[in-house]
Amino acid sequence: MEKYVQLEQVSMKFQTKKGSFEALRNIDLSIEQGEFVSIIGHSGCGKSTVLNLIAGLLEPTSGLLFCAGREIAGPGPERAVVFQNHSLLPWLTCAENVYLAVERVFSKTENKQQMLERTAAALELVGLSHAAEKRPGEISGGMKQRVGIARALAMEPKVLLLDEPFGALDALTRANLQDELMGIMAKSGCTTVMVTHDVDEAVLLSDRIVMMTNGPAATIGEILSVDLERPRKRLDLAEDPHYNHLRGEVLRFLYERHAKAA
Amino acid sequence: MSAVSINEQSLGTIMKSEHTVITQAAANEPVAVKPAPVKVPIERTFAVASGMRIALKWLLPPMFGLMLFVSLWALVSYQSPGLPGPIPTFHSAVEVFSDPFYQNGPNDQGIGWNILASLQRVGIGFGMAALIGIPLGFIIGRFKFMSDMMAPVISLLRPVSPLAWLPIGLLVFKAASPAAIWVIFVSSIWPMIINTAVGVSKVPQDYMNVARVLNLSEWKIFTKILFPSALPYMMTGVRLSIGVAWLVIVAAEMLTGGVGLGFWVWDEWNNLNVEHIIIAIFVVGIVGLLLEQFLILLAKRFQYE
Repeated sequence: MEKYVQLEQVSMKFQTKKGSFEALRNIDLSIEQGEFVSIIGHSGCGKSTVLNLIAGLLEPTSGLLFCAGREIAGPGPERAVVFQNHSLLPWLTCAENVYLAVERVFSKTENKQQMLERTAAALELVGLSHAAEKRPGEISGGMKQRVGIARALAMEPKVLLLDEPFGALDALTRANLQDELMGIMAKSGCTTVMVTHDVDEAVLLSDRIVMMTNGPAATIGEILSVDLERPRKRLDLAEDPHYNHLRGEVLRFLYERHAKAA
Repeated sequence: MSAVSINEQSLGTIMKSEHTVITQAAANEPVAVKPAPVKVPIERTFAVASGMRIALKWLLPPMFGLMLFVSLWALVSYQSPGLPGPIPTFHSAVEVFSDPFYQNGPNDQGIGWNILASLQRVGIGFGMAALIGIPLGFIIGRFKFMSDMMAPVISLLRPVSPLAWLPIGLLVFKAASPAAIWVIFVSSIWPMIINTAVGVSKVPQDYMNVARVLNLSEWKIFTKILFPSALPYMMTGVRLSIGVAWLVIVAAEMLTGGVGLGFWVWDEWNNLNVEHIIIAIFVVGIVGLLLEQFLILLAKRFQYE
C-alpha cells in the first residue's frame, strides 16, 4: 500500500487580536490507502485544524500536505468532509442535498438519470431511502448526520474526512451509527481520517490512533496501532482483553501523560 | 406589529389548550357513556361550544381595544366642535364607499381611484427600488470591497428625510407623478439594500464551508446557498420598505397633487370636509395593515426550520 495522505513538518499559526497563536508545530503523518486513522486529543489541541488542513479549508503556515502524490492546494471533491453539525442546507430535501454534491463531481461524465441513481444509492447505503424527500428540519439528528455521510460518500472521494461526526448525538444513536459506518467503510474501502474525543469510538473504528499533545503548539504525541481483527463486534470487544488494553493505552495517554487542567 | 404577533401566539396556546380539553373529553367518553351512538352528538356539541369559546377569546380583546378607541374619539369630538364624531364619520364613509369609482374631472374622483392611484405609485416606486436594491444588497453583502465602497454613500443618504428628495425629482422629471414615485423609490430602497446585505454576510460559515468543499461555482453558491439563506432577511427588508413607502406616499401626494390618497386628504382639508380626512386616515391605516399582513404571509412561506 502507498502512502496516500502525507503531512510533512506542518505548522499552523493563527493571527489573533492578541498576536499570533501557534496551534500546531511540526506535524508529520502519513496515512496509507484504505486506512482508517483517528485523531484524538483534548479539546483545543488542534485536531480539527489538522482535518481542515487536509480538507484544504486552511493553509499551513509552513510544511507540506500531499494527497495521492499531489500537493493539497485548497478544497476538492476528492476529499469529502462530514462536518460535526451535519451542515445540510435546510431549504433542500435530503435527496437534493446529496444531489448537489453528486452533480458537482459527475455532471461532466454522467447524465441526469445516472446522477439521480447515484443519489438514491447513497441514501440507500445509509438506510434513508424513505426520508429522501424530507427536509433536514423534519428528521432526527442521527438521520441528518447519515445524510451528511451519504453526501460525502456519494462523491466517491479518495479520502473521507470526519470531523467529530457523532459528537452531537446521544450515546445510543452514536453507537448505531458507528456500527453502520464500520459496515459502510468495509464496503467502500475509502481512506478515512476521523477527529474524535471519544476513546471507545477511536479504538472501535480505527486502524491507527493518532494521539495529540495539548496545545498551544500541539503535535503528535504517540501513534497507536489497533490490530484488532475486522469485522469488529462491539459486544464481543467489550470482553476482549486486547481491546481493553488498547483502550487503556489511549486513556493513560490522555489522562496521565497529557492530562489537561480543566 | 408586536401586538399582532402576541395575539397570534396567545391564540396558538389557547387553541392548544382547547384541543387538549376536547381530546380529554373524547377519551373519557367511552368510559363515561356506554352506548356508542350517543358518543358522536356529545363530541360535536363539545366541538361547537369550544369553537365558540375560541372565537370569543380571540375576538374579545381586540373588540375591547377598538371600542375604547372609538369611545375616546367620541369623547374628544364631543368636547371640540370642529372634529366630527364616530357616527357622522360612519355615515359619511357609507356615502363615500357607495360610489367609489365616480369621476368628475381630474380633481374630483372616487375613493377607489385615489386608493388605486396611491397603490400604483407605491407599486412602481417600490418595485424599482426592489429591482435595484436587492441585487445591490447581494453584491454589497458578498464582496467586502463593494461594502466598504458603498458604506459612506449609504450612511450619508439613508438618514435624509424622504420629502427632501421631492425637489430633485421635480427638477429632473419635470412632472409631479414621477417625482412622487421617485420619492418612494429613494426612501424605500435603503431597508432592502441593508437587510439583504446583512442577510448575505450572515450566511452561516458552515454552509460556505460546504460550498468550498464541494467547489461550487459562484452561480450555484448564489442559487443554492446565498439566496435561500438571505431570503428571510430580504423579506424583512421588503416589509420595512413597503411600510416606509406607504408612510411617505401620503406626504408626497399632498405636495404633488393630482389624484391619490394624500391629495384627497389635502383637498378635503381645503374643503374643510373633516369627515373625509378621518376616513382617509382609516383607509391609509387599513391598506397599510393589509400590505403588511400579505408580506408576513409571503415571508412565512420562506421560513425554514
